[in-house]
Parts: sequence; structure tokens; C-alpha cells
Amino acid sequence: MLKILYFAGLREALGQSSENMALPAGIGSVGQLHAHLVARGGAWTALARTKNLRVAVNQGMAAMDAPVEDGDEVAFFPPVTGG
Amino acid sequence: MKICVQTEDFDLGAECAAIARGRTDIGAVASFVGLVRGANDGGGISRMTLEHYPGMTEKSLAEIVGQARGRWDVMDATVIHRVGALRPGDNIVLVVVASAHRGDAFAACEFIMDYLKTRAPFWKKEETAEGGRWVDARESDDVAAEKWRA
Repeated sequence: MLKILYFAGLREALGQSSENMALPAGIGSVGQLHAHLVARGGAWTALARTKNLRVAVNQGMAAMDAPVEDGDEVAFFPPVTGG
Repeated sequence: MKICVQTEDFDLGAECAAIARGRTDIGAVASFVGLVRGANDGGGISRMTLEHYPGMTEKSLAEIVGQARGRWDVMDATVIHRVGALRPGDNIVLVVVASAHRGDAFAACEFIMDYLKTRAPFWKKEETAEGGRWVDARESDDVAAEKWRA
């Protein structure tokens, strides 16, 4: 299973903060997972529209070409604005 | 090292005193406090909500302090970041750095804030008369963090 988390404006646009998903066949990178989610259409296109979308894998910042494996925690979120 | 993500307020004086208590090798304590402004981008703000990524936030702050320790003589450091509902004038973030000398304390304190602003997973949502809006990341924050790469 994958655990996927969404934060801030993206969480609101998607109407959910997390989901568990069996790793779909043929998906081995963050970019492929992102494309898979965007392909759901409707509200999910927010994942494609978020400017400078950030990704973390297992709580570390990751690039779109980073590998994704079964059991990973993947988070999508807008650029951070703390401090 | 003390890293806290909390809804409660913090006390600058108490944290500065705590970091040096019982030690005589510390010669400098530098601190930074970030507050909620009552206006941003021209609009009045009635409330602000801070969201974060539990787990990654603490890990990210510890990594940032670790990097500061690798670059400067940091004898101890405290980072406290508040989350949840805040109002204008409220404290948001505290960084305290203890060192033997001021140069290292000032530099490490500024570095930790610059990296926190661009790397730690916190998000601000402002409530204004027109409704809620998520704060956009500022390019100037990226520039500030980038200068430490030199």
C-alpha cells in the first residue's frame, strides 16, 4: 500500500487530506504517480495546476523522478510558507 | 537541541535563559521571533491558521539545525514553531542559538530562519474580510536561502 498525503490549498481543492492506495502496476516514480492521480480528472487536475508543486517521499523532499515503492508515504503540497 | 511544534505560546526570555543555564562556555545567545502581521499584501488580517506536516516538520527542523551545526560553532539551539489558529501580534516562530561568539550565533540564527522559511513544511492561511486565502511563497525567501549556498 501507498499512503498519500495532501496539504494546505491542495488538500482543500481535493477535499481530502490522505488516502491509501495499492501501488498501481507500472508506477515506479513520483512523476508517474502524479500523472496517475491527475488522470482521475475533475478536482484532481489541481495536482497539475498547483504552481511549483512540492513532493516528499517518506518525509523527505523529493523530485518527480524519485522512485516510489510499496509501503512509501508520498506527500503533495504547495511551496511552504512557514516562519 | 530543542525542537517543538506546538499550539501554545512561547516565552523568549525563558528560552534564552534555559539555553545558557548551568554553562559558562557560552558567550553569545542570538534569537529571532516571528510575529503575525495585521496586514499582508494590502489586506487586513483577522486571523491566521498554521498547518503543518506532522513528523516531517520536526525531522526537517532537526535537519536544518544539524546543517547549521555543521557550518558554525553552535553549542545549542532551540526552534519553536506554533501551529493552529493565531491572531495579529501573536508569536509564530522562535529560533535561539547559543555559541561562544556572536558571529556564529547571528549567522546560524539567520541561516536556520532562511532555511525554515523555504524547507520546513508549514503553510499559512490568512482570514481577511474577503475570506480565507493561502499565503503564496515569496521569491525573496528563496533568494535569502540561496545566499547560504555560496
